[in-house]
Amino acid sequence: MSFYLVQFLSGLATAATLFLVSSGLTIVFGVTRIVNFAHGSFYMLGAYLGWTLVERWGTTPLGFWGGVAAASLAVGLLGALMEVGLLRRLYRSPELFQLLATFGVVLVVQDAASWIWGAEDLLGRRAPGLKGSIDILDQPFPLYDLVLIGLGPLVLGLLWLLFNRTRWGTLVRAATQDRDMASALGVDPARLFTGVLFLGSALAGLGGALQVPREAVNLHMDMAIVVEAFVVVVVGGMGSLTGAFVASLLIGQLQAFGILVFPQITLVLVFLFMAVVLVIRPYGLLGRAEDAPPTAASPGPPLIPSIGPARWVPALLLALLAAVPLVAGDYALIVLTEVVILALLAASLHLLIGLGGLVSFGHAAYFGLGAYGAALLVKHLAAPMPLALAAAPLVAGLGALAAGWFCVRRSGLYFAMLTLAFAQIVWSVTFQWYGVTGGDNGVLGVWPPDWAAGKAAYYWLTLALAGGALLLLRRAAFAPFGYTLRAGRDSALRAESVGIDVRRHQWLSFALAGSAAGLAGGLYAFSKGSVFPTLMAVPVSVDALVMVLMGGIQTLSGPVVGAALFHLLETEAMSLTDWWRLVLGAVILVLVLAFPKGVAGFARDLWTRGRDT
Amino acid sequence: MNRRHLLLAPGAAALAAALCFAAPNSAAQAQSAQVQSAQVQSIGQPIRVGEINSYTGLPAFTVPYRQGWQLAVEEVNAAGGLLGGRKLEVVSRDDAGKPDDAVRVAQELLSNEKVDLLAGTYFSHVGLAVADFAARNKVPFVAAEPLTDAITWTKGNRYTFRLRPSTYMQAAMLVEEAAKLPAKRWATVAPNYEYGQSAVQWFRQLLSEKRPDVEFVAEQWPAQGKLEAGPTVQALAAAKPDAIFNVTFGADLAKFVREGEGRGLFRNRTVVSLLTGEPEYLDPMKDEAPEGWIVTGYPQEQIDTPEHKAFRDAYVARFKETPRQGSVVGYATFKAIAAAVEKAGSTDPEKVVDALSGLALPSPFGPIAFRALDHQATMGAYVGKTTVKNGQGVMTGWRYADGADYLPSDEAVRKMRPE
Repeated sequence: MSFYLVQFLSGLATAATLFLVSSGLTIVFGVTRIVNFAHGSFYMLGAYLGWTLVERWGTTPLGFWGGVAAASLAVGLLGALMEVGLLRRLYRSPELFQLLATFGVVLVVQDAASWIWGAEDLLGRRAPGLKGSIDILDQPFPLYDLVLIGLGPLVLGLLWLLFNRTRWGTLVRAATQDRDMASALGVDPARLFTGVLFLGSALAGLGGALQVPREAVNLHMDMAIVVEAFVVVVVGGMGSLTGAFVASLLIGQLQAFGILVFPQITLVLVFLFMAVVLVIRPYGLLGRAEDAPPTAASPGPPLIPSIGPARWVPALLLALLAAVPLVAGDYALIVLTEVVILALLAASLHLLIGLGGLVSFGHAAYFGLGAYGAALLVKHLAAPMPLALAAAPLVAGLGALAAGWFCVRRSGLYFAMLTLAFAQIVWSVTFQWYGVTGGDNGVLGVWPPDWAAGKAAYYWLTLALAGGALLLLRRAAFAPFGYTLRAGRDSALRAESVGIDVRRHQWLSFALAGSAAGLAGGLYAFSKGSVFPTLMAVPVSVDALVMVLMGGIQTLSGPVVGAALFHLLETEAMSLTDWWRLVLGAVILVLVLAFPKGVAGFARDLWTRGRDT
Repeated sequence: MNRRHLLLAPGAAALAAALCFAAPNSAAQAQSAQVQSAQVQSIGQPIRVGEINSYTGLPAFTVPYRQGWQLAVEEVNAAGGLLGGRKLEVVSRDDAGKPDDAVRVAQELLSNEKVDLLAGTYFSHVGLAVADFAARNKVPFVAAEPLTDAITWTKGNRYTFRLRPSTYMQAAMLVEEAAKLPAKRWATVAPNYEYGQSAVQWFRQLLSEKRPDVEFVAEQWPAQGKLEAGPTVQALAAAKPDAIFNVTFGADLAKFVREGEGRGLFRNRTVVSLLTGEPEYLDPMKDEAPEGWIVTGYPQEQIDTPEHKAFRDAYVARFKETPRQGSVVGYATFKAIAAAVEKAGSTDPEKVVDALSGLALPSPFGPIAFRALDHQATMGAYVGKTTVKNGQGVMTGWRYADGADYLPSDEAVRKMRPE
């Protein structure tokens, strides 16, 4: 009995940290609608700053808690700085563009932290006066954890007071409910946003600084927490503080007791939980239906097919690319092969984001399913490459069909998180099903047969298949199917009233996008000779998203340009410097500020302007 | 109506890409022409090794490793190089911790940099991907750090060699000590991926063979990097084991030790722990390093054999810090490559592979050899107990466990290898 009590308390301590971080995220999201990937980076910065200050002052309780508070405030200032210097310039861009900007910040912070604090894990001082443990029903329990347990409700109470008893809080709540109305009534949104970013980041920093006595501060903290914080926010209902609190409690307990019942599936328990919650409750536990769910695409100028000589540009480009092996060497061909494959991946994601208005955070799942589908056929059934390549889009398409059925019943960020949940489930099954997938040691020996083994031959094969798929995707965009999809994106209500089954079209587009990504995955598998679960992990999904956003979501060529740009940048920077994340992040930030509509969107604007005047 | 032109953009990008690749590449072709003419002369042409590791992913481990191989390369070149005066040259690349990036980089090293051998890698899956690439392209690959048994056994190939003692070997070293303990009830905690799983599997199997009376009463499988320390510690304690086998490392280990101490998990219990004695893991824990754990590791300050002293002195003189486990691995890997090239008398890949099979050489840990049977080196590890001295975790009562003594029978190995 006492054991369960202590386990319950441990769960509460976990929940307290989760709540601090996710409350910041939910406040920021509620008001600004920014999907802030950098939130985890602020948490990590809070931990590092907390470590530095606690090492310096932490011998006395006053110094320790002062250090924690100072770290939290400093991180809050950084958050405000990010709003003023970066995000403020992007409010008129498509909503997701700010996500790209925060991703740039993540990369920069990773390298900056490594540069300032070094690579080694830093084990900080324990809180003075709270080093020991007390016995609770004969089970020792750390004192510090008890303090954390108390801190969670305390912060919730303070936030409640802030939001319900101060003028600023009232304004924030007003802006959360209706941003346009608040600003029409004379509330300066920019100042409000700066304040909100300060508060949200300070909470993340506080959560990080409080971890110093519990664990070694390290460079992987940012990614570890941010996904979990998003899960809490979505389970609780976006923008709802109480929801975040309840969700933190549930997830804390789930982790505490989950490891007793299912020690093997701790990896996926949280995501399974989120998927179940979202399937049952569309807006999380305490969220409310949104009047206008955030969509990916701002209603930019509609896409229309090219006419006249421009129609031949894709064919010309294909011919040009096909001629590259005449001049380029092996390595250049390999990188170009990757670019072509990634272009297909990005274009397939763009079908969802750009045309369907559906932002997927889990697109890597279908890339990976395609890769594994092909690789496993080769490994277990000794299938020839053409058969394996044909199976790749099929396997991924079926997976997308199954997951999509659930996902398209949700919209906005709930949709995005549900796709992430499915991707994580697929990933962890692949990661742990040793008998079939080889687990994290992957599947080796997936090489193309002799006729396609040459770099040029495989490049041509990739170009033909991926190019064909790209043309098909383009065809789909201008077919009635594509117009219907766009109608559903721009106004689901009107589309339905003219008799369009929006959900059904979104579902089909999900499957189509999944199978295109699957083909890309199959091609990727044979180009690398091996597949690993990393192919379907979160970073690949994020990369794909970044490619689409970098190119711009309002043009069909955007994702292709974005994929080429991102991949070439990454490979070049990686071979030149150990600080390639810093370089990549800085380039993304510059691009975001200089081309708020994406690179292809910018090029199109230039062209249009030239034509109109 | 002007949207029709938007497809121009990718065209321009692709053109730019093609151009930017075409240019350095023609340079590379020119260079390779030079290489050919130089090979005719064959004097002064450096021997190039392509080195791949997770420098940005795990700098705490790979930076000491890099310094280790830098020292080895400098020593080789200062001694006059290889094959009658040819310098050893290393082209080093980051793999970002991703196997697909590693394969691309390997290809770049092979086709653009014209390297003669590949070396390096830290993560097991990255090592396996490069090993498969090496076999496909028939280029020798000396895997430095990956621990997975598969790289030399179930997925072994002719071109791949591995320096470090594998998961099996390290588990076997610890089983020898564990079997001497009176403990009968064991609990295990390991990260939930291949390394953790095979470590626990071998530990259970080998210990049960030596001690049929032991039972395993609890197991915890935290996700790597996401250990829920409190609940995990409590769950282990609830099973009331006599001893614990730990495979977690890095940030997870620090969390586990802190919570374990706070909640009295280690009171009156022996802990047997993989790799924890390595400075990479002991140092960050400072005075909170665990007391009395039986570990494998590297007591770098205490080993006073002449070969280790020479290595340590040279390393300290060069980098102004003490070597870590990774430094030894990097150093020995490149010494092995130099010895293999010298023995082969050429950089012909097949000859280098033949030279590496059965190659014996001195190392800071004493003589080692790459077994012809499975290409596993017999480098061992130090087995001892942890303690805290002067605010720093150190190993005490240690001995060197020669890797050659902790391998399964040749028959069993042959069964596992695909060849």
